[in-house]
Amino acid sequence: MKSIVTEEPGPQQNEAPFLLEFQSVTKRFPGVLALDGVNFDLKAGEVHVLFGENGAGKSTLISIIAGAIKPESGRIRFRGRAVELSSVHHARSLGISAVFQEFSLVPQLTVEENLFLGSEITRAGLLSQSELHRCAGEILDELNFPLRPSQRVMYLSRAEQQMVEIAKAFRSDLSILILDEPTSSLTERETKRLFTLIEQAKAQGVGIVYITHRMSEIRRIGDRITVLRDGRYVDTVDAKTSSNEELVRLMTGRVIEQIFPRITHTPAAEMLRVEGLSTADGRVQDVSLSLRKGEVVGLAGLIGSGKSEVARACFGWEPVASGRISFDGEDTTGLNPRQLLDRGFFYLPPDRRDEGLVMMRAVRENITLPSLHLPKFSRGWFLRLAAERARASAIADRLNLQPPNLERSVDHFSGGNQQKVLLGKSLARDVKLFVFDEPTVGVDVGTRVAIYDFIRELCESGAAILMISSDLPEILHLPHRVYVMHRGRLRVELTGAEVTEAAILGYFFEKEAA
Amino acid sequence: MTSLEDDKKMARSRSANWLQLVFVRLGVLPFLLIAAIIVFTLMSDHFLSGRNIMNVLRQSTYLTLVAMGQMLALLTGGFDLSVGTILAVTSVVSATVMAAVITAAPDSALFAILLGVLAGFLAGTAIGVVNGIGVSVFNVSPFMMTLGVASIGFGIALYMTGGVPVYGMPDAFGTTFGFGQFLGIPSPIYVTLVLIVFMCVLLYWTRLGRHFYAVGGNIKASALSGINTRLTLFTAYVMCGGLAAVSGLLLTARLETGEANIGASMPLESIAACVIGGVSLRGGIGRVENVVLGAIFIGLVQNGMNLGRIESYLQTVVIGILLIVAVVADQFRQRYIAKLQD
Repeated sequence: MKSIVTEEPGPQQNEAPFLLEFQSVTKRFPGVLALDGVNFDLKAGEVHVLFGENGAGKSTLISIIAGAIKPESGRIRFRGRAVELSSVHHARSLGISAVFQEFSLVPQLTVEENLFLGSEITRAGLLSQSELHRCAGEILDELNFPLRPSQRVMYLSRAEQQMVEIAKAFRSDLSILILDEPTSSLTERETKRLFTLIEQAKAQGVGIVYITHRMSEIRRIGDRITVLRDGRYVDTVDAKTSSNEELVRLMTGRVIEQIFPRITHTPAAEMLRVEGLSTADGRVQDVSLSLRKGEVVGLAGLIGSGKSEVARACFGWEPVASGRISFDGEDTTGLNPRQLLDRGFFYLPPDRRDEGLVMMRAVRENITLPSLHLPKFSRGWFLRLAAERARASAIADRLNLQPPNLERSVDHFSGGNQQKVLLGKSLARDVKLFVFDEPTVGVDVGTRVAIYDFIRELCESGAAILMISSDLPEILHLPHRVYVMHRGRLRVELTGAEVTEAAILGYFFEKEAA
Repeated sequence: MTSLEDDKKMARSRSANWLQLVFVRLGVLPFLLIAAIIVFTLMSDHFLSGRNIMNVLRQSTYLTLVAMGQMLALLTGGFDLSVGTILAVTSVVSATVMAAVITAAPDSALFAILLGVLAGFLAGTAIGVVNGIGVSVFNVSPFMMTLGVASIGFGIALYMTGGVPVYGMPDAFGTTFGFGQFLGIPSPIYVTLVLIVFMCVLLYWTRLGRHFYAVGGNIKASALSGINTRLTLFTAYVMCGGLAAVSGLLLTARLETGEANIGASMPLESIAACVIGGVSLRGGIGRVENVVLGAIFIGLVQNGMNLGRIESYLQTVVIGILLIVAVVADQFRQRYIAKLQD
């Protein structure tokens, strides 16, 4: 890091001076070349999208911009002057603010306390609660976020926490704003609101570095796109004129005909039947649906619509107040996850860190965890370690886990590969019904395609698949039928040509006024 | 000349790398062990004698057993502050029962010992059961549950004995389990070896062992994977109680009295042994071998300080410092691990 060039601070007078310029920046982590001579520049008042698969170096690049890590070599210029972004604090003082996927909120503190964390408003050395409350209210009003300033952050949903995080970035004077997948937990409406904010920031000359895996977002707000692959700079293209195919090709280095595979629809015997289901907490009310073998059914809705809770209640993870659930012709209401797993029902939770994986344990142990009691993995109380290793290895191969190291702990894999481990858990045993709850949150297009293909294979080999998702393209293109939920109730069932963006969005929002 | 210096520099950096690798692989323990052995060997001629080493191993067995129990609680993401109380209750109950039986029927020493051991073991394990119920069924935090139970158990032990040691156990108990030897090796070491093997098999080769790690690592993911998380937590505390009870029995045999005051230092020392042995306080990570080494290390330090005539009050200070050093070293190690995983 000593080799960072800090000479000649003389300003460079271009006709359009860049806000930020990276020239052949290199960052090495032990064993990985995270960034290999990457160039990047950011103009004032533009949204510059960073695009690439997980592990391409996007996170490393924004961490350097935010001052969280330092590069080994390369030049960095801020407003034409060579700088060394030595710490997050230093970057902040230059007006560089970042909203990372991992939140920097204190759950026990209130929204307003979090907003002003580190720069509390004081009067005569004491905290000024009233002033704090007023300022926080102003910020939230200006951003039009429906949050109460005195609410404790731990009681907020993930989407609401995301809003607090964004509000925090907008609090101070901005020159560069870094947004790392900001919409991953926002609803469509909240996303629209965020995009309006981004437009406003652009108008004020703020440069925005934006990471997303969603093509539609790139079209909506992006100005330029820089594509990274394996830590190397690939190309910078115009966001308005480049095609999806071109982007995918640049990102993956291969041509992907279609992201969404065509899945043969051969509905057979009924696998899951839900009649009049209501949960004890009231988040699901009187929901009925059915699902057959050989079909993929989507369950769509906003966050908080109860779509996840329906599946969780079926899986015995959410207490049922009334209604009847039958699986494979048998009444399974009130059975626990273990009993349902043994009948061939597998639920893959949306948040792999929180509910899906034991992060500090090896891949092998995670893959076989739901299946350990099966005779193929244990004899009496004892584990059959050789059989376990062989099976886990075969599963890792099938999912193309990178790196293919079974004994490495899960938290040292990239997000996409962690998701593969989560999918792998369902492959260690026989499953008739797969429930995928937000299976592609925070994964790159390459992994996304792999996951869709995985779903296609499962379906075409006769499994029933329920796909719960807030990702609109996914819901539009993958399932054969779609149920839409709103405020705990099932609104509609759409089939075939009825499944359109307008129809689904209509059922998401329109009824709210009624 | 220059190339020679370069060679030297290279050799130095290579050995530094090697040390770093050892640190990452094995943790801070090997370094602490080597440092302790060097220091104490310099301080006392007797330290490295065969007799003294055997002595250290025997003295460490009590802590080793408790630390292995503590490890189960730590693995599942909790801890057990009542291990000292379990020792006390076990000791008092077993001694009282033995003394009562031998008074009633002076000829039946074997029967008295059997009954006393059984009663003591069950009493100690029962405390583990109470902990387990509190933590797994009522979701009380392990800190509050075991702290409360520690107070209850200690109070009961004192109340039963009026604070005085319980005498009158059959001599055979002490001579067999306290001072007995077989092939020159003290009997408590055999008991401990058997339980070490038991723990290794349990944690590495059985489903229950795997479940301890999984539940401690992510309880929600474990439940969604069909694991009975309550039963797993419950079992961890019961087994912890059982191991501490065995330790209490062996210590009672060694002291030849039932005492309510034994084990007061056990909660701290057992957690220290685990942490020094690389068990994560957040749950999900830890190995039996390292915990055993951690316990032996603490025994070694205490023994060395005794030989070096360091005051017992100061010994507590040293143990506290070592605990903190181990935790700090572990933080550095985590950083290295993240870097070196590839």
